[in-house]
Amino acid sequence: MIRNQLLVCAGGACITSGEKSVKDVLVDELKKNGIEDEVQVIETGCMGACDLGPIVVVYPEGTFYQKVTVENAGLIVNEHLVKGRTVSELLYSEPTSEKKAQTSGDIPFYTRQVKRVLRNCGVIDPLSIEEYIARDGYFALGKALEMTPDDIIGVVLDSGLRGRGGAGFPTGLKWKATRAAQGSPKYVVCNGDEGDPGAFMDRSVLEGDPHSIIEAMAIAGYAIGAEQGYMYVRAEYPLAIERFEYAIGKAREYGFLGRNILGTSFSFDIEIRIGAGAFVCGEETALLRSIEGKRGTPSIKPPFPAQSGLWNKPTLINNVETYANIPQIITNGAEWFRSVGTAKSPGTKVFALAGMVQNTGLVEVPMGTTLRELVFDIGGGIPGGKKFKAAQTGGPSGGVITPDYLDMPIDYDTLKEIGTIMGSGGLIVLDETSCMVDVAKFYLGFTVDESCGKCTPCREGTRQMFHMMEQICDGKGKDGDIEKLTKLGKCIIDTSLCGLGQTAPNPVLSTIRFYEDEYRAHIYDKKCPAHVCKHLLTYSVTADKCVGCTACARQCSVHAITGEVKKVHVIDQSKCIKCGSCYEICRFGAIRKE
Amino acid sequence: MKSLEELKRIKEQTLKEMDLRQAKERGKVIVAMGTCGIAAGAKDALMAIIEELEKADIHDVKVVQSGCMGLCDKEPTVEVAMKDQPAVIYGDVNDANARRIVREHVQGGNVVADLVIKRENI
Ligand SMILES: Cc1cc2nc3c(=O)[nH]c(=O)nc-3n(C[C@H](O)[C@H](O)[C@H](O)COP(=O)(O)O)c2cc1C
Ligand code: SF4
Ligand code: SF4
Ligand code: SF4
Ligand code: FES
Repeated sequence: MIRNQLLVCAGGACITSGEKSVKDVLVDELKKNGIEDEVQVIETGCMGACDLGPIVVVYPEGTFYQKVTVENAGLIVNEHLVKGRTVSELLYSEPTSEKKAQTSGDIPFYTRQVKRVLRNCGVIDPLSIEEYIARDGYFALGKALEMTPDDIIGVVLDSGLRGRGGAGFPTGLKWKATRAAQGSPKYVVCNGDEGDPGAFMDRSVLEGDPHSIIEAMAIAGYAIGAEQGYMYVRAEYPLAIERFEYAIGKAREYGFLGRNILGTSFSFDIEIRIGAGAFVCGEETALLRSIEGKRGTPSIKPPFPAQSGLWNKPTLINNVETYANIPQIITNGAEWFRSVGTAKSPGTKVFALAGMVQNTGLVEVPMGTTLRELVFDIGGGIPGGKKFKAAQTGGPSGGVITPDYLDMPIDYDTLKEIGTIMGSGGLIVLDETSCMVDVAKFYLGFTVDESCGKCTPCREGTRQMFHMMEQICDGKGKDGDIEKLTKLGKCIIDTSLCGLGQTAPNPVLSTIRFYEDEYRAHIYDKKCPAHVCKHLLTYSVTADKCVGCTACARQCSVHAITGEVKKVHVIDQSKCIKCGSCYEICRFGAIRKE
Repeated sequence: MKSLEELKRIKEQTLKEMDLRQAKERGKVIVAMGTCGIAAGAKDALMAIIEELEKADIHDVKVVQSGCMGLCDKEPTVEVAMKDQPAVIYGDVNDANARRIVREHVQGGNVVADLVIKRENI
């Protein structure tokens, strides 16, 4: 008889922070106490609050233990399970009130979320197809097979679901076009490339709830008339690949994949294709070439994949999170789906909250949620009492949201209006210590490296822009640079072949739009207002604060600081390499950085 | 897997195994697992309660453990706190008494008067 279940988060972040050894301790301690038959240990996918990992939740109480270590994991068994005493030191405490949270229901990070895409993540054992079924899994496939393909497409159209891979194209229209296209066989492809460096929602779904994607792809296959599906995942996601592969095997065993699914004439199967992790391979035409075993370079659209995709056959390609919505739409209907979100962007969106924010991790909220709710209510605000400066969305293809737009409901269209994009859902919070020119340079550098080189505007243009950005950050910016960047950026957008080049200038254009004064300070005043760009900084000693303790002089690795004991020290600017060590070490606040 | 019927069977079966993770709103049974309680046999009471609930097909009542309630001479002690009803603490809860408490109080709705050692004030 099982009296308790321990759910141990085995998502990527928790594994990195030591989940495996924590789990081993739990299992060992259960054995030592002779209660291994009464208490079950289950590993789940990501529970969302990744910076609190490793996380262990004890049921039926739902007690939420965080930052569990090898040293204190034993307490969960010896105290909680044997003696019935909650291990208070492992509970989460609210940073402001310091109130201890007993369950995840007491943590604001969780209570504000609406879990649809992530409804099974962290709740079920991803390796158990039975647990997926218990949560209504594969019932949508059963229902779909009793509908006509056109009816299914009708429901997806009515739901208003838009592609979560970035562009927000209506999913129903894509399905309709692929169904209507001439040619056979047709293919279903899932884009699990997830190239945005700040994003990991697709990985979490694949790791935490793989069957939801298998079910959705099978439904899509039936709807568009395909018998073969491909799951494209990047090689950097070995755990996602492993769990998805295992799930495919189970689905075949249970007859949800293979011939004559659920006793009908419909047959469908899925194969995994592993990508080498080039950003451009997330672009659909490049991705399809990569599946064919060719080099992943984009091609001109039209023709769209719906007309001519894999091996020139009609191909449906959707993102992981897009598919994750499908089974629930089929089960609960279009109206249900539209019951949250905005009129033009119904449903929820998963964001990967990161950067200068108290709580980081995966959050799923209704479309139309404001940035203020995301950053302050769910994210817990900016640590260290710093000021919120901006949020970057859409990764290397996106731009910034400024404090002026904190209360704007976030959806595909509102973001576009202010010059950024939803992208896949990476959301990086920046505080007053971030330099916007430096941030834009970082993303541009990423695209320069990832440009496939097929077309000149992207290959050469982004490189030129990057060079100018470097010059600006190094204090060599020239009058007219802002105008040049803007002009070149627009030209690259207009003339690049694929989405990579067409969006690469966005981070620069967006920061110029909202933070032109910062660019100007770099170019004309040779100052970095956020004190980030090294070459624009000067370190100097404030004479009346310096007590002559000599700490800085001893710290400086290039011997730029001179001075005698108990006398004011001086920094030789020609020797200083601006490493900041003296600034860090001076206990009297005598080193000035400006 | 050939039919939805089969799918439903798996769902029902697995839901039972996942039962501990479902929200349980109707009430809770709290077993005191302090050193004194464990020495007096609280573990047997705990397992008996879980088994009896399962037998009675009751899934909306949580069984949780607590530390010592300070009624050491009456251990094992068990508190039954059903929603919207005053909580009742029972003493000397051995295997048989534990099963009675589930059947009569949790299932039947009648306090097991002869085992009560304390009642919450109304
Ligand atoms: C450079 C580039 C990278 C992309 N990377 C991804 C990605 O990692 N994952 C993804 O789903 N879509 C990515 N896309 C978008 C895809 O081309 C495509 O629009 C998407 O997979 C369609 O699915 P959806 O309609 O469900 O969003 C990328 C596009 C571009 C231009
Ligand atoms: S825009 Fe860039 S990534 Fe796209 S095809 Fe041209 S060079 Fe390649
Ligand atoms: S560490 Fe600060 S106080 Fe000490 S000598 Fe350097 S500047 Fe002066
Ligand atoms: S910033 Fe670094 S190099 Fe410059 S004076 Fe201070 S310690 Fe020396
Ligand atoms: S990986 Fe454990 S909470 Fe995200």
